[in-house]
Amino acid sequence: MADKVLMKGNEALAEAAMMAGCRHYFGYPITPQTEVAAYMAKRMPQIDGVFLQAESEIAAINMVIGVASTGKRVMTSSSSPGISLKSEGLSYLAGCDLPALVVNVQRGGPGLGGIQPSQSDYFHATRGAGHGDFHMIVLAPDSVQEMVSLTFKGFDLADQYRMTTMILADGTMGQMMEPVSLDMGEVKKVDKPWALTGTKGERKPNIVNSLFLKPEELEQFNLDRYARYKVVEENEVMYEEYCMDDAEYCIVAFGVAARVSKNAIDEARARGVKVGMIRPITLWPFPKAVLKAAAAKVKAFISVELSMGQMIEDVQLATECARPVLLCNRVGGMIPTTKNVLDAIDEAVKAGGAKA
Amino acid sequence: MIVFEKPKALTDAPLHYCPGCTHGIIHRLVAEAIDELGIAGETIGVASVGCSVFSYNYFNCDMVQAAHGRAPAVATGVKRSDPSKVVFTYQGDGDLAAIGTAETVHAAARRENITVIFVNNAIYGMTGGQMAPTTLPGQVTQTSPYGRDVTRVGYPVKVCELLAGTDGAAYLERVAVNNVQNVKKAKKAILKAFKNQIEGKGFSLIEVISTCPTNWGMAPDKALAWAEENMIPYYPLGVYKDITADEEAK
Repeated sequence: MADKVLMKGNEALAEAAMMAGCRHYFGYPITPQTEVAAYMAKRMPQIDGVFLQAESEIAAINMVIGVASTGKRVMTSSSSPGISLKSEGLSYLAGCDLPALVVNVQRGGPGLGGIQPSQSDYFHATRGAGHGDFHMIVLAPDSVQEMVSLTFKGFDLADQYRMTTMILADGTMGQMMEPVSLDMGEVKKVDKPWALTGTKGERKPNIVNSLFLKPEELEQFNLDRYARYKVVEENEVMYEEYCMDDAEYCIVAFGVAARVSKNAIDEARARGVKVGMIRPITLWPFPKAVLKAAAAKVKAFISVELSMGQMIEDVQLATECARPVLLCNRVGGMIPTTKNVLDAIDEAVKAGGAKA
Repeated sequence: MIVFEKPKALTDAPLHYCPGCTHGIIHRLVAEAIDELGIAGETIGVASVGCSVFSYNYFNCDMVQAAHGRAPAVATGVKRSDPSKVVFTYQGDGDLAAIGTAETVHAAARRENITVIFVNNAIYGMTGGQMAPTTLPGQVTQTSPYGRDVTRVGYPVKVCELLAGTDGAAYLERVAVNNVQNVKKAKKAILKAFKNQIEGKGFSLIEVISTCPTNWGMAPDKALAWAEENMIPYYPLGVYKDITADEEAK
């Protein structure tokens, strides 16, 4: 199917999950991601899959744990307040080294917040998805096409590294419609000898568990897990560079903020200001190396976010604060305008790279 | 001639339960049911949080350890992934009737085709004897040191009675293991709860009135007597719902 079809981000993501071999979906209604569940409810029965509306996000993520422990591809989706509820399960998924795909179509917060787009769950996704030491692979789509391709890839990564992959989309990605190709190629098969499939009397029982009362043992599990994370950091970083060849100023943005920033960059360049962008596609692992390299060439960075400034800390860490990092942000469901970004570029130029 | 042996569905791991605790009996009854049905190789168990947290070490089948209260949701995922497997949860009263109330009620309401073994000893054992959702009125625990005052903290949750109000639950029975006759009845009920699942009848829950000598502060024999004198009158034994009996009657 090389032809493109016009689809809404949430629905395209759902279709991609099924193409990736996901036959189990558990969800709970919450705006702005409900289309994922609605689409699954319609499609899953047609392909002998399971769609189940759980009694809560907590139940949904635990149903995910149940399917994941049997070795099958499984997913859930929600939006920010619902993701808070899933946090317990995200920690157990990590503690049990289970692969799963979790989608967060973010809305404004904290609390019940609003229903308009946001990126203010960046810290949650990259730092504090639950208790204990763990990471998720966090993928940030900036188009309906990437809602598809990153979902497809997200399942592969989850299986390969026995981790949760989170698609960290914002409400815009979920709600907008774009032409999209659903031609994704082959589904990767990964052996899962640890899966609960019944012993059939032929092997010792498999146990999926996160409880280790001996501290030496628990320490070792953490060390082993982080050794695996290191491989992910070395091999799975994804980013896009836009107009970076001769850039003197570097915008860092993901999701809808990156799309607005591209418009601003084009306008700024028309006025002769050399601006470029590094768009992280993996928020964890964060593209540290390319940002560090950029710090040797550009005068300043601008982090464009739909949050009070969360990713900016990763930019500062990656560049070791070698250059000033300005924040251009809107929150509460507001999206930075092209003018907001252009103003930030002007500010950066005025400062001329001098540290504030 | 072998007169007595350990069920094959139990591993050789020594149980960590306190002396006189009835978890050992209940584990054995579950294992006997699995053996008699010959399903160990096709069974997946879900351990919960509480004293029975280590049940994954004791049952000789594939096991997953669930977060506190979430076992019915995890079991739902396991069963929906492969309906040919026999899936059971093993949960205590704090796990099933407090933090996991929603998961329990909705698994029942969905007639989720799983078997739930619910051990009710009216106290949180693992954490050292706090008031449970099933702690009796007036019962002294670490967090109800003056006795459970129902005017301030409310009344115990009667799980079988509660779930009998769902159309979904297929089989609900409350049993006890305080004497030989009751152990035999408990065995029969647990076996039926597994059989129901194999026959696709849906959600079956067996509530087992149990004891906690350590946290009740009693010798094992006194604890058994206390269960009989105090718990069974408050939690009457018997069948609370059985759609298979209704089917047979028709």
